[in-house]
Amino acid sequence: MSEPELAHAGLNLGDTGELTKDQAENAIFGFWIFLMSDAVIFALLFATYGTMIASTVGGPTPASEFKLLPAFVETLLLLTSSATFGRATIAMKYDEPRRVLFGWLGATLGLGLVFLALEANDFATMFAHGAYPMRSGFLSSFFALVGLHGLHVAVACFWLVVMVGQICAYGLDARVRINLLRLGLFWHLLDIVWIAIFSVVYLQGNIG
Amino acid sequence: MTVSAPLWPAVLGRFGWQDLPFVRAWENPTISELIGAFAGALVVVGAVVVAALLTRYGKWRYLWTEWLTSLDHKKIGIMYIVVAFVMLSRALVEAVLMRMQQAVAIEHPGFLSPDHFGQLFSTHGSIMIFFMAMPFLTGMINYVLPFQLGARDMAFPWANSIALWLTIGAAGLMMASLVVGEFSTGGWSGYPPYTERAFSPGVGVDYWIWAVTLGSIGSTMAGINIACTVYKLRAPGMRFMRMQMFSWTSLCTSILMIFAMPPLTVATLLLALDRYLGFHFFTNDLGGNMMNYANMFWLFGHPEVYILILPAFGVYSEVVSTFSTKDLYGYTSLVIATMAIAVLSFTVWVHHFFTMGQSANVNAAFGIATMTIGVPTGVKIYDWIWTMFRGEVRFTVPMLYALAFMMTFVLGGFTGIILAMPPLDYLVHNTLFLVAHFHNMLIPGLLYGMLAGYHYWFPKAFGFRLDERWGRIAFGCWVVGFYLAFFPLYVLGASGMARRTQAIFEPSFRPWLYVACVGAFVLLAALTSLGIQLWVSIRDRASTRVEAGDPWDGRGLEWSVSAPPPEYNFAVLPLIDGRNPFYDHKHDEGQPDPYASPSSYEDIVVPRGSATSVVIGLAAAVAAFGLIWEIWGLAIVALQIVVAAVVLRSFGRDQHRTIPAAEVAREHEKWLARVRATPAIPRQLETAAVNRGLAEIVA
Amino acid sequence: MSDRTRELRTYAVGYALSLVLTAAAFAMVRWPSFGARAIFGTVLALGLVQMAVQFRCFLHISLKRSSRHDLQLILFSTLIIALMVSGTLVILFNLRDRMM
Repeated sequence: MSEPELAHAGLNLGDTGELTKDQAENAIFGFWIFLMSDAVIFALLFATYGTMIASTVGGPTPASEFKLLPAFVETLLLLTSSATFGRATIAMKYDEPRRVLFGWLGATLGLGLVFLALEANDFATMFAHGAYPMRSGFLSSFFALVGLHGLHVAVACFWLVVMVGQICAYGLDARVRINLLRLGLFWHLLDIVWIAIFSVVYLQGNIG
Repeated sequence: MTVSAPLWPAVLGRFGWQDLPFVRAWENPTISELIGAFAGALVVVGAVVVAALLTRYGKWRYLWTEWLTSLDHKKIGIMYIVVAFVMLSRALVEAVLMRMQQAVAIEHPGFLSPDHFGQLFSTHGSIMIFFMAMPFLTGMINYVLPFQLGARDMAFPWANSIALWLTIGAAGLMMASLVVGEFSTGGWSGYPPYTERAFSPGVGVDYWIWAVTLGSIGSTMAGINIACTVYKLRAPGMRFMRMQMFSWTSLCTSILMIFAMPPLTVATLLLALDRYLGFHFFTNDLGGNMMNYANMFWLFGHPEVYILILPAFGVYSEVVSTFSTKDLYGYTSLVIATMAIAVLSFTVWVHHFFTMGQSANVNAAFGIATMTIGVPTGVKIYDWIWTMFRGEVRFTVPMLYALAFMMTFVLGGFTGIILAMPPLDYLVHNTLFLVAHFHNMLIPGLLYGMLAGYHYWFPKAFGFRLDERWGRIAFGCWVVGFYLAFFPLYVLGASGMARRTQAIFEPSFRPWLYVACVGAFVLLAALTSLGIQLWVSIRDRASTRVEAGDPWDGRGLEWSVSAPPPEYNFAVLPLIDGRNPFYDHKHDEGQPDPYASPSSYEDIVVPRGSATSVVIGLAAAVAAFGLIWEIWGLAIVALQIVVAAVVLRSFGRDQHRTIPAAEVAREHEKWLARVRATPAIPRQLETAAVNRGLAEIVA
Repeated sequence: MSDRTRELRTYAVGYALSLVLTAAAFAMVRWPSFGARAIFGTVLALGLVQMAVQFRCFLHISLKRSSRHDLQLILFSTLIIALMVSGTLVILFNLRDRMM
């Protein structure tokens, strides 16, 4: 059993007629570089959070605000959505029936939206406690970091909807395939960033 | 700072009549205000005149279809450089105004108000870095890199165009700040807490934030594009260690852009959150920490220095090798030195704030790291000197810039070593010594390099050479002007004169300030000479044509095609078998003739022009304008246009055009026939009219 | 085994491992059994392992020669991110210690 050559990050489609391996390789490498650049943005927000975690100025603290259980559920949702997206790209690769592809994409979108709803609920609860970003440096850095991740997830959901529209309009032509692969990388990377948020923000905040 | 009553807040946001410099000058006709009004009028009149001329000669359609919406890397590169020259003119005039003010304002208020002076040094710095240097080098890379790699375009032509238009939009915001409102007085680095709402409530800082943010997003996109092009679009056989030096420095610059622009974006956007939504990242109260900003800004700021300098190093490598008629000495060491500089540049940022208050151990570590960068840079200087050694050096204009660079840059490097020592840095921190130092690095290390590249590659881009005589005059003015303008600043800085000073209370500074002022005027003369040179060159272009494409007996693949090159760069993609394939094929017996007809041609696919990138860049600038003036409706609509344009483009198909093989063959054969009819000339005659772009081969 | 089965299995393995690692980290904090520093260290370590798992199983980054550009890029990004984050924390904590 020899594994096929990998030309780029993420699931490799190989030559599918619509899309050659070279096309995919170039297009996806560029997006991969962008993701690394984006990762630097998150890294800096983590660093800022690290330096401001003690700047609570007598206001809400990590221990008082971060609820472990909702964060754990959100983690599971995002993780599952990453897996369902992977399943959707496999459906694309092996030209499974369109409804299978749409099914897995729909599941991913649903999980992403539920994640966003839960996060919005978390934020609303915090606001109700008086834990809003203007209160202290700590809360500013928390909302910037977690909020930016949420914004990314929202963008990814919007992108997913656009992709569904393109599949309806053009079927799985080369550009749709490339863009679905790119969206997959984006989605997986957002999950990876969330692991860091879950560990550094929520779990750390709950360590007695 | 102007206090202005909002006119119609629901629609015009916080705009009031007082925000127009003309109204301010009418109500309070001081020289300072009149200069402001004149500058604003110049922008408006300039725009109107350009529009009128375009209409008069019926060039709108041509401009739109052939240039503005073009996705061709060559045209995008040229447009970047046009932006750079326009912005260079503005920022240089501002520098002259500042030097005049300082020469006049010795125990005297001078003619510029402190506020106006603050805007001048802020715009001067921001423009020179973000809207002169960055577009210039990005444009240069855009034009040259695909040729050197043997590629037909950049990896992502559409993203390339968006990056250009974001830069243009941001530069437009800088221009708009002259006409509507005011600019930041917080310097090019925009340090809070001064730039927070509490201390700078006006629109100035917001102009700075959004112009810089759009520019940095554009640069990140450009960096991604360049890196991907180098990694994935090299011609068959073009291994990494066969790339021209300029391609190597482009790669390293692009890597720095990819990783160093995000810290800037984060810093400016967090500052925006502070200003717009009352967050507390960098405020004095409620847990904000402005030192975080300094840290983040210089995480960008130091690599930025090498983003600026590395492409110039690449240009010098090409120029020195070509005009010394020798292979580049120590190619491998130059590659390693470039990579070393790129990585080390991420380890030294603290030397920009040694005086912040961290412990001596931290400062010492970063001081040592800083000095380490001198080592690879020294390697490069030696390599260039060894390249010239026993070469047939021809003192053309680009070579003159390279020589002036080597002398001047080394002097600046010495003062850099002084600044790298924390205890000495404490003494000259925030003085003109620092200003002298970084101008001493960036003028030779960026501007001379870009000008050398401009002279070197201009014939390739436009098919005729630049006037040699005016080139030498401009060169002389740049060099003399530089020394006159900046060496006095070392003395003044060491004597304790703070930078960004509007009025001076120390009469003994007078002679030095006078000399610096004269230097500024000489630099202005240098820029004027460049303008005259361009005019003269266009006028006399009939006698300086170099259609055969190789006016300097060049080495890289860019010289192997016609001048100006065809849209698809290479009729047939070259096969690379060495480090200087074109040069070797030209000069070595038994190598394939570079001007031989290829055995067959293929259809070539090129991208069609696209209006969406123009729309995205300009709508982003309009959204920024709405945010600056708190015209929320405008901002929201413009942002929606950006999103809509992206989605629309993703739904588009048929975005390419095929040039049939027959047409390629016809054009290429026509050019080859012309090459055969062109007389080959020896290198000594390359600046004479007889040079038609074909090098004589001496066995 | 067909390509499809193998790829499905890769995602399944990645998903299962991630679930286990997330649950472990959660349990460590929810039912603490040793000191805060040790718990935090373990949580960070579990997070890093999970990132590696996802890079391997979801993003298909391997040590094989054919994907070396992507790997190079990740390693270089990791280096830069480590420099930036650790540098920021060291400098600002140092500053705070001296100011407070």
